[in-house]
Amino acid sequence: MDKENEKNNNNKGSLLESDGRSPERVGDSRVIDDVTTGDYKYGFVTDVDTEVIPVGLDEDVVRLISRKKNEPEWLLDFRLKAYRHWLTMTPPKWGHLKMPDIDFQAISYYAAPVKKDGPKSLDEVDPEVLKTFDRLGIPLQEQKMLSGMAVDAVMDSVSVKTTHKEALAEKGIIFCSISEAVKDYPDLVRKYLGTVVSYKDNFYAALNSAVFSDGSFVYIPKGVRCPMELSTYFRINAAGTGQFERTLIVADDDSYVSYLEGCTAPMRDENQLHAAIVEIVVEERAEVKYSTVQNWYAGDAEGRGGVYNLVTKRGLCRGDYSKLSWTQVETGSAITWKYPSCVLAGRGSSGEFYSVAVTRNHQQADTGTKMIHLAPDTRSTIVSKGISAGYSENSYRGLVKVTPAAEGARNHTQCDSLLLGSNCGAHTFPYVDVMNPTAVVEHEATTSKISEEQLFYCNQRGIPTEQAVGLIVNGYAKEVMNKLPMEFAVEAQRLLQITLEGSVG
Amino acid sequence: MTMSSLKQYTDLFRQERVALDGNAPAALNAGRDRAMVFLTAAGSLPVKSDEGYEKTSIDEMFAPDYGVNVNRVNFPVNVAESFRCDVPNITTLLAVVVNDRFVPTTTLMKNLPEGVTVCSLRDADSALLGRWLGKTVESEDAALAFNSLLLQDGVFIHVAKGVKIPKAIQIVDIFSGQTPLLAPRRVLLVAEDGAEISVLKCDHTQTPGVEFASSEVIEIFAGEGAKVDWYDLEESSPATSRWCQFRCRQEAGSSLNICAATLTNGKTRNEYLIDVVGDHCETRLSGMAIGSGTQHIDNSSRLTHRSDRSNSDQLFKYVLDDNATGAFEGLIEVSRGARFNEAYQSNRNLLASTGARMHTKPQLLIYNDDVKCSHGATTGQLDSAALFYMRSRGIPLAEARKMLMQAFMVDVIEKIRLDSLRDRLRHLLELRFSGSCGDAACATCRNRADRQV
Repeated sequence: MDKENEKNNNNKGSLLESDGRSPERVGDSRVIDDVTTGDYKYGFVTDVDTEVIPVGLDEDVVRLISRKKNEPEWLLDFRLKAYRHWLTMTPPKWGHLKMPDIDFQAISYYAAPVKKDGPKSLDEVDPEVLKTFDRLGIPLQEQKMLSGMAVDAVMDSVSVKTTHKEALAEKGIIFCSISEAVKDYPDLVRKYLGTVVSYKDNFYAALNSAVFSDGSFVYIPKGVRCPMELSTYFRINAAGTGQFERTLIVADDDSYVSYLEGCTAPMRDENQLHAAIVEIVVEERAEVKYSTVQNWYAGDAEGRGGVYNLVTKRGLCRGDYSKLSWTQVETGSAITWKYPSCVLAGRGSSGEFYSVAVTRNHQQADTGTKMIHLAPDTRSTIVSKGISAGYSENSYRGLVKVTPAAEGARNHTQCDSLLLGSNCGAHTFPYVDVMNPTAVVEHEATTSKISEEQLFYCNQRGIPTEQAVGLIVNGYAKEVMNKLPMEFAVEAQRLLQITLEGSVG
Repeated sequence: MTMSSLKQYTDLFRQERVALDGNAPAALNAGRDRAMVFLTAAGSLPVKSDEGYEKTSIDEMFAPDYGVNVNRVNFPVNVAESFRCDVPNITTLLAVVVNDRFVPTTTLMKNLPEGVTVCSLRDADSALLGRWLGKTVESEDAALAFNSLLLQDGVFIHVAKGVKIPKAIQIVDIFSGQTPLLAPRRVLLVAEDGAEISVLKCDHTQTPGVEFASSEVIEIFAGEGAKVDWYDLEESSPATSRWCQFRCRQEAGSSLNICAATLTNGKTRNEYLIDVVGDHCETRLSGMAIGSGTQHIDNSSRLTHRSDRSNSDQLFKYVLDDNATGAFEGLIEVSRGARFNEAYQSNRNLLASTGARMHTKPQLLIYNDDVKCSHGATTGQLDSAALFYMRSRGIPLAEARKMLMQAFMVDVIEKIRLDSLRDRLRHLLELRFSGSCGDAACATCRNRADRQV
């Protein structure tokens, strides 16, 4: 053993002591040491137990993440395969987005849960954000948490979480973090992970598969109707979900679940890049409803900063007569690139996509859906409402594909765009591929500004223009809002109104 | 071993540069260097992984070993003379293009009204060529570059200020020869302020067994208040490939009506670039495609409103049978600062067999809030209730289907402003749906022409 290696081992020894970790780990480190010695020249240090992992990504970082999380061998293999595939890929450029090149070697791919560089008090938080908190009626404790401060007080939602957990366990429903699921239900996770979104799917999906931090796992057993809306909101304090979130939902035969992601409050986040994956498997006659309200930091009025939201969401309607419904309200993020999709593989299965996307200032959104009809009698509905204001660019991009086997498939697509202001853009890029003559596929899109007659009517009855725009926009988005769970819908509606304030010229 | 098919043409260009330049006037030669630079940078002709070419690989289309008539071999003109599109009751001023060579007819030269020029690009006014050739639309792309690289001849049409031509000009493109041939074809139509003209162009293949490919660029300039109608009829053979790009520029108050019909063909890719630069313009762009066998028909449009208060309407309809493939990509763009425009687009398709495929991509690119824009696309089958109704009244299934398909195309035919052509196209459609068009139609076409002359 040469000197350098010895030194490293010494380092490790001292760390182990100070950490007081079990000695079994040392064996592991040695193995890794042997494997990675060759990489020292790149500056990689195998101090597995330190909290500071250097920025950058290589195979050792992937191994490290996996080991930090005590993952089984098969999951490490999955990550490594994904990583190796990722190396062969390039970021997609087809979106109608102006996105600066991301330096993937400048990102730290593992953030230990205890590390939090948040503001020390609410005084440090952007007053605009605080104002929005107040108007949305978010309690002070939650405001602190959402701003990224370390909160030790026991929060309401934590106790809510525990009560809910008991109710769910009674029905046999599994709802936990994906790391827990890997430990407690390895067979289930292994059976479904990566079956809907392959690690080869796209650049960001490959990256996520290699380095995913955490996320949620849901399993609804056969014939069970989930008694409540499952929400990531309950889990937010256990955060650390990080920028590479991975969600896996499995609804077994005849089950039903409604899942909520995100919340209406503006989320402060240090991570510029978010590359999440959501996978949903819907078995026979089961139904999954997935609702998202996304309000990540969108950058300031000049378009500086803001989150890049590059997400792969897909559901597989595997069973006959299964149903998957996506509903999304997108108001945040500097750049949004996401296409929640349905693969309709079961006979008579159906997919739905309801979306409201609002962009303002310098935000850019390229979002839509894919409906892949693989089986006979499959149906899909797409309703997309885009609202652009300021200097923003808002695009709908969607694919409806009817394969030769999809006898009698049916699709209807409705995309409307509303323009507020003459400096923004609203675009529609639908792709329709039909390979079966019995299919009926319809696409309709309109683009216009808010009708002056409607504004005049409101003004005439004493409603100021700003309020009138809010009213009209809410009416315009109603079709989608109606699909949201009740309490979510009320919040989302208020959010829409607040978002659009000041953007009417 | 896959090599970009572009190489054979750039190699040919390098070898034959002197001959090419000798065959064409300075204005045509002026574009070659730039075209070469563009194509070299692109590295290959568009392939399916290029956005906008998803369903048609131009690279594949031009992969066969096509020759280019650099030595200007003269194909017998008398064959071409007797070859005209079968449009009875319509007297047109006829010009013929054999492969890529412009052949004027005596009737054309004698009957041209004052203020109207129809001639070979080689004899065209060099000032006008310099002003417009390759410059009607300010965008460089593969279709223009590829055409400019090997271009040796073409048609030049000029209509002076305020001149209105009562008769339609007809251009008959004919492929003829015993060896596979590539024909770079170009039309430059300049309609000065207030001019009015309609043009009917039809594409035929005379020797159906031989593989042909055309690279066509049709440039149309419509001056202030000008009115241009362009009807394009393709009746080529299954071995013919066509890559045709329209480049149109509309000045204030002008009206442009393009109607294209693909009745028979091999592989076709039509691109329509229309720049509406003046206020108060009117644009109608419509197309129909009837595909059977292994026909491939791809229409792609990009209509840009750069000014105020214009109105545009696009309508494309497809009926696809057997293993035919159809693709449509339509784009409406409204530039920032272009106000009060109304732009509509519609694409309706019928699939008549399990092997037929249709790919649709209607798009909106809107950068101004004061607009009314919409697009719609449907793909489906014949209405079973309508079929049942007709059969219950004693109309056989095949007949009922034919009638419904013909009826489906009526609104495209309605866009044609030449009565005689409208009737003619109705008749051709009937023939087409009865399965007796294509080569057969070419034969009737020839006979009819003989009888008329």
